[in-house]
Amino acid sequence: MTKNNNASGPVLSVSDLSLEFVTRRGVLKALDRVSFDIARGEVLGVVGESGAGKSLTGSAIIGLIEKPGRLSGGEVRLNGERIDNLSPEAMRKIRGRKIGMIFQDPLTSLNPLFRVGDQIAETVMAHMNVSRAEARARALALLTEVGIPAPESRIDAYPHEFSGGMRQRVVISLALAAEPDLIIADEPTTALDVSVQAQIITLLKRLCRERGTSVMLITHDMGVIAETADRVAVMYAGRVAEIGPVADVIRNPQHPYAAGLMGAIPALKKNVGRLAQISGSMPRLNAIPPGCAFRPRCPKAFDRCAAERPDLMQAGKSRAACWLVDQGVPA
Amino acid sequence: MNSGMNAHMNSGSGETLVASRDLRRVFDVSSPWLERVLSGEKKRLLRAVDGVSFEIRKGETFALVGESGSGKSTVAKLVVGLLPPSGGDVTFEGIAKGRQPEAGSVQMIFQDPYASLNPRWRVRDIIAEPMSALNRPADPAARAARVGELLTLVGLSPLDGEKFPHQFSGGQRQRIAIARALSSEPAFIVCDEPTSALDVSVQAQILNLMRDLQEKLGLTYLFISHNLAVVRHMAHRIGVMYLGRLVEVQETEALFENPQHPYTRLLIDAVPDLADIGRDRVPVQGEVPSPINPPSGCTFHPRCPLVTDICKAQAPAFDGRTACHHAGKAFA
Ligand SMILES: Nc1ncnc2c1ncn2[C@@H]1O[C@H](COP(=O)(O)OP(=O)(O)OP(=O)(O)O)[C@@H](O)[C@H]1O
Ligand SMILES: Nc1ncnc2c1ncn2[C@@H]1O[C@H](COP(=O)(O)OP(=O)(O)OP(=O)(O)O)[C@@H](O)[C@H]1O
Ligand code: SF4
Ligand SMILES: [Mg+2]
Ligand SMILES: [Mg+2]
Repeated sequence: MTKNNNASGPVLSVSDLSLEFVTRRGVLKALDRVSFDIARGEVLGVVGESGAGKSLTGSAIIGLIEKPGRLSGGEVRLNGERIDNLSPEAMRKIRGRKIGMIFQDPLTSLNPLFRVGDQIAETVMAHMNVSRAEARARALALLTEVGIPAPESRIDAYPHEFSGGMRQRVVISLALAAEPDLIIADEPTTALDVSVQAQIITLLKRLCRERGTSVMLITHDMGVIAETADRVAVMYAGRVAEIGPVADVIRNPQHPYAAGLMGAIPALKKNVGRLAQISGSMPRLNAIPPGCAFRPRCPKAFDRCAAERPDLMQAGKSRAACWLVDQGVPA
Repeated sequence: MNSGMNAHMNSGSGETLVASRDLRRVFDVSSPWLERVLSGEKKRLLRAVDGVSFEIRKGETFALVGESGSGKSTVAKLVVGLLPPSGGDVTFEGIAKGRQPEAGSVQMIFQDPYASLNPRWRVRDIIAEPMSALNRPADPAARAARVGELLTLVGLSPLDGEKFPHQFSGGQRQRIAIARALSSEPAFIVCDEPTSALDVSVQAQILNLMRDLQEKLGLTYLFISHNLAVVRHMAHRIGVMYLGRLVEVQETEALFENPQHPYTRLLIDAVPDLADIGRDRVPVQGEVPSPINPPSGCTFHPRCPLVTDICKAQAPAFDGRTACHHAGKAFA
């Protein structure tokens, strides 16, 4: 798999990805025909209700689905080549080398027993053909790049000797170590204070701009998405409800769930009075209604919504899975 | 409270309900005594709350914001009496018997609705517990009827009383926690990050409910959150905490329009907002220093863009609005 065999196509292409959990009480559909692309250098934000399947989508892409979960359909392509059917060994090579990962808790990505410089250098050596000295020099360059002050004196420190924000910087440098094409960041700033969060987001944005790395940014924080993402996907009950350019999805959502979500977020710049509220809660995975999964909570549902499942349809610059779009009615 | 109005149209009656005066709380975070003696280490004290004074008016929502570790939860625990203060005091005008608030008149709602409800109790018993503790109302049938009313009030069904907490979602559990807090008919509720564990759409349901209840019942809230947008939505007045101290207190709109303390300004600027599509933020430099060994003078000085020599030497006094030697000055 060479970097340039598909330079014009998307870095990541997910199509009709489905994932099930086989439990004693039956089969749960946790992801149901999820499709989206991420272009080179693009930041795709992924938002949606807790339990909607955002993290599972990320795990499925990097081949980290644990039993009783299993992929039951669709495919994942990286630079045009399928990666969902690779052996665990081949997938391990792709993780780190082609796809970097950043999780909410920096400690899950760092080994507490090893000095951070050694961890970064190990990753560099595992994926690139360099000497130990070169790998260490690269670790130092990475720590500098992510804004660790006085990196020469911090390179031999252990993870617990860093503050939360500095630790997350170390994780980012680890994710970048092998110059991956794609970074999957799952709630990378949720555990951090706003002021530190702003530092990390600024850093991520700068890195994608300068290196052309693509990012799948999973977060609950629409504010972070507004600032960082080029496009955004809104997930609901294991499906993509809407996907489109960030400004369109935020200012002019087409799917009623996306519209409800945007109205529910208190704004910093103005007081909206009463917040829009979506009544009820997301269905359990074993009780997703037929037709549109949002129908029981949807203020605009009509007959067709209960009978047929809507697929993503073009709606302005976005695509939304809602029958209203087919009828030409805005959400 | 003038009912029927948006909670932001008024800020209570002007009468003080709760007042904190020079509240302090120190934690001893030293290593165990023997270890300390052997290693010659000194006692280490953490000033989690270091001289905090504020007043909360009847019917208003007073919010505390600040970064993690700034002392918000410690203030909450001191106010409801879950922790004894190391100095200063809290008084409850109007709802006090002597120095103590009247039984049941102060309640607290916690961040984590999973941890704060007893998993083995039925919801009706959880909600009735404050009434049983006070034996008010004394008639069990009246208590049962009130549980049903409270469940309806928070948007659940009286039939839900039979269920156990695990049968509810996070948002529903927070509704149960609110019903429980309301059951002793409190005048004052301390809410410590009541929606931080919830999804934004569930958060909207809970915040709307809390505002409706305030209007209906004339409740007074101390509302703690690290989310400035949530606080702007809920509060009439806001106190900003930094390293155990209040650095600014203002009416909500004034705070956002005209923040006086450089930390407040940087904090407002650091929050990503839906209105800022594609904007690059100017992040606050540096990280929150250790409260065990706070910086000299103004504790914000190592991160402050306005810092001068006096800031390093002398802690600025609180002037009623803010504590800063260069309050309101423009950033260079
Ligand atoms: N081992 C499992 N067995 C059954 N269901 C599971 C299992 N693991 C995850 N799920 C379910 O899959 C769904 C999707 O979970 P996922 O973690 O992807 O949600 P999310 O969108 O990332 O939510 P959050 O915002 O809370 O992180 C959830 O409803 C979860 O309960
Ligand atoms: N029981 C305790 N023993 C020792 N230190 C404590 C104790 N409780 C709190 N602290 C310390 O006091 C400081 C203030 O903590 P507090 O929980 O009040 O902060 P907070 O503003 O509520 O933060 P967060 O936003 O993370 O909830 C912190 O440095 C914390 O580590
Ligand atoms: S007192 Fe000085 S250091 Fe502190 S906030 Fe004001 S200007 Fe900054
Ligand atoms: Mg998740
Ligand atoms: Mg707290």
